[in-house]
Amino acid sequence: MSKQEKGWKDLTLAAISSKVSTDFLTGDWKVFMPVHNLEKCVSCLTCVMLCPEGAARWNSELGKVEFDLSFCKGCGICANECPTKAIVMKMPEKEE
Amino acid sequence: MATQEWKFTAKDIALKPELFFSGHRACAGCGPATVLRLVMKALRGPTIVTQATGCMEIVGSIYPYTSWGLPWLHTAFENVAANASGIEVALKALSKKGKIKQEHIDVIAIAGDGGTYDIGFQALSGAIERGHDFLFILYDNEGYMNTGIQRSGGTPTGASTTTTPAGKAIPGKLEKKKPITEIILAHEIEYVATATPYYWKDMISKVRRGLEVEGPAFLHVFAPCPRGWRTEPAKTMAYSKLSVETCIFPIWEAVNGKRVLSTPSKMYSLAPQKKRPVIDYLEGQGRFRHLFKIENKPVLDQIQQATDERWQKLLKQCETT
Repeated sequence: MSKQEKGWKDLTLAAISSKVSTDFLTGDWKVFMPVHNLEKCVSCLTCVMLCPEGAARWNSELGKVEFDLSFCKGCGICANECPTKAIVMKMPEKEE
Repeated sequence: MATQEWKFTAKDIALKPELFFSGHRACAGCGPATVLRLVMKALRGPTIVTQATGCMEIVGSIYPYTSWGLPWLHTAFENVAANASGIEVALKALSKKGKIKQEHIDVIAIAGDGGTYDIGFQALSGAIERGHDFLFILYDNEGYMNTGIQRSGGTPTGASTTTTPAGKAIPGKLEKKKPITEIILAHEIEYVATATPYYWKDMISKVRRGLEVEGPAFLHVFAPCPRGWRTEPAKTMAYSKLSVETCIFPIWEAVNGKRVLSTPSKMYSLAPQKKRPVIDYLEGQGRFRHLFKIENKPVLDQIQQATDERWQKLLKQCETT
């Protein structure tokens, strides 16, 4: 064993993650994106509760639900569960 | 248990900080991911989470990223309950020596159906018997989805998986789903409950009640998996709802062995005509597709009959205990 090698006391106890997953944007996975109609929305927050990504968020200052499309994977749970059908899944328009 | 019941609204929950962050690598429409997000909203103070290997452990901790906003430990498939007991005892020892400031730290162990029903079972049974103060959350997606959809003790009768492929020889899994909550109830612990994420309010309050219990508590959460069940990602929560409506997965809680049906399931005991046939739940799921062939009609009838029997048995248990 060479002298430069670390002993067990110098090593960390386990693998420790150094980055937060919010640095990893999963929004590019989606095919369809949720389009939110604020006129129909009754702020029941069903979408906020049932979103697996935490992409639907309640903005208490503005008093409305907002979608963070940089994390939305486009599963469509919000559109399927919305009681007033205020959310529709649409194909994003291509930017040329 | 605490005497004061915790009351909350949807807005309270929405404004609580996310402790299972966005950016995890779960499939689109993942049921267990919703479960974890909501479970983390029910915490009452400092908490340590330990998690067995499984889908949700992988997606939340792909190196060097982590999706956890609180102390989190990964452990092997078989020993999450042993790990939780170790954490709980270590915390006790440290607080005796005066090395930690916190008055109380909650310990939550999370495992999938593989890590609970099959591989992790002896550690769980042992930890419960020793009476460690922790909450065990089982997210049940009915198979080893992470490694390629193999059958587990939690896979229901008739489901096609890669190790019980439906075909000429067998119509999917032949055996029954292991009644895990009955086994845990037989340990005579203070709190056992079942929940499903569609009824999120019910689920969050059950997590809180499980944490408030002194001693082991067990929560069985039914979490649909679009990848393994071969369903549309958008329908995840619809299946979570259907599982209660068809009484495939009734939700209830048992405090000191006294079972009470929770409101969504209670409706079907008061108005049995509203109960839907299991076909509504089975159709649309790719893993049950073969059951709709004429030759597999007996399996379909068998599933309906077994579900009815289980439901009647549960109703009786709720009355008598």
